[in-house]
Amino acid sequence: MADAHTAHSGESHGSVGSYLTGFVIAVLLTAAAFGLVMAHSFSPAGTIAAIAVLAVVQVVVHLVFFLHMNGSSAQRWNVMAFAFTVMSVAILIGGTLFIMHDTAINMMSR
Amino acid sequence: MAHDMTVDAAHAHDEHHESPVVFGFWLYLMTDCLIFGTLFAVFAVMRNQFAGGPTGKELFDLSGVGIETAILLVSSITYGFGMISAHQNKLGTMRMWLAVTFLLGLGFLFMEIREFSHMVAEGNGPDRSAFLSSFFTLVGTHGLHVTCGLLWMAVLMVQSTGKTVLSERMMNKLTCLSLFWHFLDIVWICVFTFVYLMSVI
Repeated sequence: MADAHTAHSGESHGSVGSYLTGFVIAVLLTAAAFGLVMAHSFSPAGTIAAIAVLAVVQVVVHLVFFLHMNGSSAQRWNVMAFAFTVMSVAILIGGTLFIMHDTAINMMSR
Repeated sequence: MAHDMTVDAAHAHDEHHESPVVFGFWLYLMTDCLIFGTLFAVFAVMRNQFAGGPTGKELFDLSGVGIETAILLVSSITYGFGMISAHQNKLGTMRMWLAVTFLLGLGFLFMEIREFSHMVAEGNGPDRSAFLSSFFTLVGTHGLHVTCGLLWMAVLMVQSTGKTVLSERMMNKLTCLSLFWHFLDIVWICVFTFVYLMSVI
């Protein structure tokens, strides 16, 4: 019984193995981002795009391996709330940048 | 067999109707996400408004940021190991992992405060330029969250001392703090990428 419980806990709350997998991937992604910036091997625009992609991938890795997000029915409402938040933040940041950029151009402040 | 079934059923019940406490805390984290989203939007608008003051390139020390990142990343899995011990009811091991996480968090906070006080001492505090105002607000808010997480962790370590079995209530508290702690690590990914690294490019 104790074993069954442990095995189940391992599945639903993460195991040492899954934490270590997530950790190794996260370390590689972080190192890649710092490495790209420190090496100056790409153009500035290319580097910005690359580290932004690395950050998004790392956020997903953390969500899956550390916060144990998945597509199971138990998680449906968690994932829905998260999706709504991501959408809100995207509108918030995208909208702010769009409006402030337009304002700067129309006011000729740049 | 019947015994196993009850365990499975109880556990399945536990999984499919995740504690409302944990779900409620998840919703709180989503609102916290909006706060950080707002602060990131402000920083994105202000990031070039130096008012003749120093730029991020002149101010930021990437090796320090790298160490802070490493500390926070390691503290994420040490807390994860603590949660695994908690699920196995190994309370001594759990407290040990929480203590390790606590010390790592303290180390992170120490480095951040040192960085901030250096900047303020050199006259590059939040009052220097719009860029620095938004920088201190964003990174400072994250630091404040880490401080709250550390206080919470200390309280849970004290509350679990002398216990041999974790109550469901205690387990919920540990799970909520685990979500909080991992969430802060996610925010930090965005901080080091969009604040530090992008300012240095």
